[in-house]
Amino acid sequence: MTHAALQGGFADAPIASAHAFRAALAALSQPGTLHQVVGAEPPAPMSVAAGVLLLTLVDATTPLHLAGAHDCQTLRDWITFHTGAPLVSADAAAFALGTWQALRPLDRFGAGLPDYPDRGCTLIVEMPVITASGARLTGPGIAREAHLSLPEVAAFAANHARFPLGFDAFLTAGATIAGLPRSTKVEAA
Amino acid sequence: MTDQAYNFAYLDEQTKRMIRRAILKGVAVPGYQVPFASREMPMPYGWGTGGVQLTAACLTPDDRLKVIDQGADDTTNAVSIRKFFQRVAGVAVTEATTEATLIQTRHRIPDTPLRVGQILVYQVPIPEPLRFLEPREAETRKMHELEDYGLMHVKLYEDIARHGQIATAYAYPVKVEGRYVMDPSPIPKFDNPKLSGSPALQLFGAGREQRIYALPPFTHVVSLDFEDHPFVASKADHACDLCAATDSYLDEVIIDDDGGRMFVCSDTDYCGGRRAAGYVGRLGGQA
Repeated sequence: MTHAALQGGFADAPIASAHAFRAALAALSQPGTLHQVVGAEPPAPMSVAAGVLLLTLVDATTPLHLAGAHDCQTLRDWITFHTGAPLVSADAAAFALGTWQALRPLDRFGAGLPDYPDRGCTLIVEMPVITASGARLTGPGIAREAHLSLPEVAAFAANHARFPLGFDAFLTAGATIAGLPRSTKVEAA
Repeated sequence: MTDQAYNFAYLDEQTKRMIRRAILKGVAVPGYQVPFASREMPMPYGWGTGGVQLTAACLTPDDRLKVIDQGADDTTNAVSIRKFFQRVAGVAVTEATTEATLIQTRHRIPDTPLRVGQILVYQVPIPEPLRFLEPREAETRKMHELEDYGLMHVKLYEDIARHGQIATAYAYPVKVEGRYVMDPSPIPKFDNPKLSGSPALQLFGAGREQRIYALPPFTHVVSLDFEDHPFVASKADHACDLCAATDSYLDEVIIDDDGGRMFVCSDTDYCGGRRAAGYVGRLGGQA
């Protein structure tokens, strides 16, 4: 473990994680809205937003899967020091982190059980940029319709089709987060 | 002043993470009851420990908290929970619905319309709408899984057969987004229409029963009924005796030994706001 792994956590964890959670809650309960978060400075290639989400939601009780380039020693050390999350394979993960390309194929991730749909995986999808444009979103949390620059439409539409099973996603880019729960109906714009 | 002996908002960080994960899953599957590891709080189960844990997991120092008990800001449960969070989180408090960012409620939805960005936290005694019809958790869980809600309609039908109408007056069951049947907590059925399409995020916490569920803003919620016996959001057929409101939920108050009584808004902030604006009810002139 290097010295860098010890840096970049929340300066004041109770307050920083409270603000971060409210941003995550607003993002997931109002799909298509973008929210800014601060407080974490994770090593590359992880974004600030993904780092904040991990520090806020992940701990020793939540198995985490690192996909693609995010599965590197620097990040493993940082996550282990700051959260203690067990790093596991995709099928055992409660949370997964990576780019859309690295996370695919998505059927590797748990979708919950018919009697316990809450056990579905939460994906943190690292994006180059997020904008409130593109795919058309309707459903709970959305007054009429919303738009979000999803990496792909078909996968999210298929995920919604198996509601109440499915995964839930946070999109992260820089310090920006957006949420896309399984309850949202996704169509091409 | 925050009591420095406690972590911000009383709960430890690992507990808050656990509750926060449950809230997010509840938001993702509206109306589904997410199990969570409910903690002992410094108040007995039945006093709003589920709501208190939700509020503790959601609060930031920037929030302005309102707590109501049956609509009133000044009753025992509301006052003690408000004081609790003033002490352990140092948050600002208010009695005005419009100024609050987070409202914890026991068995009412404020009569003042809510807005986007507000969070309404409900205290829930029995989260399972099917519990009094089927006591076994394994069975009710299976019924939710299979969307097997026939039993609930039998119960409402028996109401009609026995009383000529659906006699359920509070904790009236609803269906969320055409999928999960949900107990809206013991709010009067007068409040049920406000559940649907609310701009505010609604979170439900049952401490003793260890369940969290949620309604995101603008979620479609339907009160169960029959075509020939449609749902009616009933209230006492009076105007408020203090503020003359005809659109608010009313409490009946006995005022003497001779059968005298009055009807007043259960939502004290709504009533007070109307009286301040000059509305005067039948007994509103008397102090």
